[in-house]
Amino acid sequence: MTTRLRVATRKGLFTFTRESTQWRIGEPAFLGDPVSMMLDDPRDGTVYAALNLGHFGVKLRRSRDDGKTWEELEAPTYPPQPEAAEGPPWKLVQIWALETGTKDQPGVLWAGTIPGGLFRSGDHGTTWQLVRSLWDKPERVGWFGGGYDAPGIHSIVVDPRNGKRVAVGISCGGVWQTEDSGTTWRNIAQGMRAGFMPPDQAGDPNIQDPHRVVASPKDPDTLWTQHHSGIFRRPAKADRWSEITTSPVSSFGFAVATHPTDPNTAWFVPAMSDEKRVPVDGRMVVNRTRDGGKSFETLTQGLPQTACYDLVYRHGLDVDSTGRWLAVGSTSGGLWISADQGDTWDTVAGNLPPIYAIRFVG
Amino acid sequence: MPKVIFASHVQRHVAAPDSVVDGSTVRAALDAVFVDNRPLRGYVLDDQGHLRKHVVIFVDGARVVDREGLSEGVRPDSEIYVLQALSGG
Repeated sequence: MTTRLRVATRKGLFTFTRESTQWRIGEPAFLGDPVSMMLDDPRDGTVYAALNLGHFGVKLRRSRDDGKTWEELEAPTYPPQPEAAEGPPWKLVQIWALETGTKDQPGVLWAGTIPGGLFRSGDHGTTWQLVRSLWDKPERVGWFGGGYDAPGIHSIVVDPRNGKRVAVGISCGGVWQTEDSGTTWRNIAQGMRAGFMPPDQAGDPNIQDPHRVVASPKDPDTLWTQHHSGIFRRPAKADRWSEITTSPVSSFGFAVATHPTDPNTAWFVPAMSDEKRVPVDGRMVVNRTRDGGKSFETLTQGLPQTACYDLVYRHGLDVDSTGRWLAVGSTSGGLWISADQGDTWDTVAGNLPPIYAIRFVG
Repeated sequence: MPKVIFASHVQRHVAAPDSVVDGSTVRAALDAVFVDNRPLRGYVLDDQGHLRKHVVIFVDGARVVDREGLSEGVRPDSEIYVLQALSGG
């Protein structure tokens, strides 16, 4: 039963707990400090929080008592940079994604970072190793920043059936997949279309900007993305992404979530456009498809429908493990939760710090 | 021996007591501090061992300019202040 939601913000990590019919906010952790990502590991109950301190850099904390106390871990660190190295400085800028390995990989964690490095830990985050096989790809120096100065890995999709199979989404570097625990990688972004590039380069897989990449645990072979230039889906057994053009309101946005047991159901939070990153007509809406993108419903009940200028980032939309609960958190500090897959929404908070990521616990 | 003094701002996150250490350069003095306080290193220096972008160091009132090498010399009676830069706030 879903009873808790973590909210990582510009000013701390908040935990909401459902009590009877209401969600109540608890004491914040790291109050005043930017928390770029957090992770509750369902395999052992450990909680991780990635901080991005304005002066003192990226920090990683771990709690084994559900957030009552935290210990500092050594954050992932880039190796010494060769003098001739091209591309961005080999310096950790941000932890943008944290995911667990599979159930048969206890202690395995993955971290996606800016400036584009993927890190793996085999010991519950105590130590981290840069995945050199991806970092050393010559194509990497062709990646560029999307929203930040340097490229970054924001999405890590681990196949729950096979922990050796991992896909990562990169802004801007496409989607890369390994089938052998990271020994080899291939870019699988064919079919995406980058409207921000010259026409002859719009189809280049290596410069695509998938804002978020997800897959349903029920069908890990089918990938969804909210891309900078639209919504795309890569069906199982297909070797290309297909653009979905049926999304109402707008096809621009950052977030996407898929249903845990119904892979044809997905949610999106549209914004006006690249140039105007606010809701269309000041109305916060969520788009839902139940048929793999053939058609959509626009859900509004309980969401602000006038003078709303909240933007929802990549990790600002989450669905729980039952597929019933949804949450949306905005850069204006708005937080809405739905108990019916988005049909109706309750305003849970309106004055939080800017929200970077939300995640249901369990 | 030079004295290394850390601003209170960093002490909210990690222990950083004032330290009297050996060292004839800023780099050497800081390295001596970090020998006994490894967690503090990551708050002051980045992955490449350079001074973090939004940290500043003053030696006897003069701001350290060699932010990568930290090669400025220090005297036995020098005071090395490690501070947060307003640019990072």
